[in-house]
Amino acid sequence: MMTASLNAYVIVSAVLFAIGFFGVLVRRNTLIVFMSLELMLIASTLALVAFSRVNGTMDGNVFVFFILTVAAAEVAVGLAIIVALFRRRHTVQIDQLDTLKN
Amino acid sequence: MAPFLFLLFAIFTVLCAVGVVVNKNAVNASICLILCLVGVAGLFVQLDAYLLAFVLLLVYAGAVAALFLFIVMLLDVQGKETFGLRGIRTIAGFVAFALLLAGIGSVALKGQIVSSVPVPVAGGAQLKLYAYQLFTTYLLPVQIIGFLLLISMLGVIVLSKKHPTAEDAS
Repeated sequence: MMTASLNAYVIVSAVLFAIGFFGVLVRRNTLIVFMSLELMLIASTLALVAFSRVNGTMDGNVFVFFILTVAAAEVAVGLAIIVALFRRRHTVQIDQLDTLKN
Repeated sequence: MAPFLFLLFAIFTVLCAVGVVVNKNAVNASICLILCLVGVAGLFVQLDAYLLAFVLLLVYAGAVAALFLFIVMLLDVQGKETFGLRGIRTIAGFVAFALLLAGIGSVALKGQIVSSVPVPVAGGAQLKLYAYQLFTTYLLPVQIIGFLLLISMLGVIVLSKKHPTAEDAS
């Protein structure tokens, strides 16, 4: 069951990636920046699955497995860093976390 | 019928993604993230990747997004963030958004990607195919991923330990 053309899937994935990128650049809450990062990762997995389906191979799908695993590890470590940062500085706003700049 | 389902899930996913980015409240944003992941899982089902759709729902929507929700509520950050569209960062965001869309959209629409006839994959043998690939071609990456998970678990334990010196300093 191939519902739509490959182009449609690629465009949806591009839109998702662009929205995530926009969120990373614009938002100031570290947690929401992190969520936007996850959005970008998911967009890339959607493109991989679509290409793999069209080519009839399993390689893209297996890559998505690895991406999901790495993303889970990344989220765990990233959230632990954010919690440690919050304990130390009592804020998660990017504007106030600029000690290295001065 | 089928393109209708695709359109439904695609529009739902994109709307939820916009909700993640524009929501002021981090709790609402993470719930939008969960809904967005459900939409992507629906798209995966239409691409015949049933196993990946379930893994996405279990691992991402079940564990990762719940972890996000847990951390958001643990930190209890009030909505102090002013989501004002100003500054050079917003301009950069819009420009990057437009450039990415234009680039990938033009590649997708101008026929650079050839939409060949999809090769049918036997639906029942999907899981067997995954297992075969994982344990033959990708055996070394599987082991490396296992070590990565172990290292990240140790890292999280070390990071979330309370250091008394840091407490005294603050």
